[in-house]
Amino acid sequence: MKLRILGLLAALLIGAAAPAIAQTAPRAPSMAEEMEVQALLRGTHIQGRISIPDEKAATLIQPEGREWRAFHNVTLAWVGGIAVLGMLAILTVFRLSKGRIPIEGGRSGRTLLRFNVLERGNHWMVASCFIILGLSGLNLTFGRHILLPIVGPEAFTAISQWGKYAHNFLAFPFTLGLVVMLLIWVKDNIPNARDIAWFKAGGGLIGNEHPQAGRFNGGQKMVFWITVLGGAVVAVSGYLLVFPFFFTGMEGMQLSHIIHSLLSVLMIAAMLAHIYIGSVGMDGAFDAMGTGQVDLNWAKQHHGLWAQEELAKGRTAVQPPGAKASGAD
Amino acid sequence: MARMKFLLDAERCIECNACVTACKNEHEVPWGINRRRVVTINDGKPGERSISMACMHCTDAPCAAVCPVSCFYTTADAVVLHDKDLCIGCGYCFYACPFGAPQYPRLGNFGSRGKMDKCTFCAGGPQADNTQAEYIQYGSNRLAEGKLPLCAEMCSTKALLAGDGEIIASIYRERVQRRGYGTGAWGWRTAYRETVAI
Repeated sequence: MKLRILGLLAALLIGAAAPAIAQTAPRAPSMAEEMEVQALLRGTHIQGRISIPDEKAATLIQPEGREWRAFHNVTLAWVGGIAVLGMLAILTVFRLSKGRIPIEGGRSGRTLLRFNVLERGNHWMVASCFIILGLSGLNLTFGRHILLPIVGPEAFTAISQWGKYAHNFLAFPFTLGLVVMLLIWVKDNIPNARDIAWFKAGGGLIGNEHPQAGRFNGGQKMVFWITVLGGAVVAVSGYLLVFPFFFTGMEGMQLSHIIHSLLSVLMIAAMLAHIYIGSVGMDGAFDAMGTGQVDLNWAKQHHGLWAQEELAKGRTAVQPPGAKASGAD
Repeated sequence: MARMKFLLDAERCIECNACVTACKNEHEVPWGINRRRVVTINDGKPGERSISMACMHCTDAPCAAVCPVSCFYTTADAVVLHDKDLCIGCGYCFYACPFGAPQYPRLGNFGSRGKMDKCTFCAGGPQADNTQAEYIQYGSNRLAEGKLPLCAEMCSTKALLAGDGEIIASIYRERVQRRGYGTGAWGWRTAYRETVAI
């Protein structure tokens, strides 16, 4: 009897010893935990083999989604918010401090053809596409915070769905317009020494100096290159997104979205300034893209060298019926 | 209310894909969509493990965080569900999801992916429980009938556990203690920011 009890005790002790050691020894991280931590730290996938045709499904865990989420929810929201609201604030301060920029000496009544019908048509095609692309794009980041509480979930989904289709299909006329823009305007947009002088004088916006400019001044050249080069990168990254996983994998899709959205919000901010100065910010500026005919005094004030060239050609100056007698210039 | 979770014991998974089939059949999931899948890591090498993976119904779910139309919601059982009537099929949840759970009915060029579909933990969607409308959009609602997800119920080796997190963790803990080894709870660190302490 005594022996049996001893034997039982021994068996119990041996049996209990193994789990007791396992419990007191520092617990080694499990394979699952270790692989998840490694993948997270290295930014790699936990990849395996799968028996269904969808190869993407062979990725068990992709930790980069975390960074993309942080970008989408935090970085993009801040950069976009600061860029757009910051630009609106700058424009408001500018407007309040300097007012609308007048035409020196008023309108002469004589005009010069600044943009022909192709140039204007193409500009407005790109511009209208850009506005819809910009608004539908901003909606994807900010809509749920701003528009969703106002219109409600169903209406917001309808708006976002149409916005998505518009965004995907207007990408094509937008890109076509960029190519045409590049072809017709690049010759007048090559940067030169005058542009440096223009920027040094603050473009005439800051201070009261009036720097000389040809057909396009330094600021307009900047807008042109932002549109063409920025637009090209936005277009390429956008096409990668519109054909999901066709050209690239998960990292490529996330990276395309990051490049596309960051550059887009910066372009939107730049275009706000462009829209302001081309419309309510400056007297006489809208005519260039409206009727295409700009006032001669406006042309001399802002594009003196170009106005001289045009006058020298002596064929594009049009005398409207009610024009003042010469002497106004 | 319970905190519903999935737990896959990779020591037991034999890659039979019964969970995948059970899920597809139960919810009549269309061709091309896999709410659940089995991934084999280290295939043919030492340390080979098969892991059945679906939506893990994350704490602080990334899909819900990035959704531009806020179509996700979390039930009282901590199941992450979404409203297909609000989804615009943008694909953002797929970029954010660590587990590749969101699925789309079509190839998806020009934003034509269709409404996102994913594992519902057999809990249906926002429609009234066990109605035809709910079934067509989301599949059956077993939770409303007091049943657990079919994938785990069907699992022949009981490798896949589904249910209240505390209970399935204790079952797994007991198994590991009894047999003396285990590769851990797959995806738990990523989904729930915790692991099953043995």
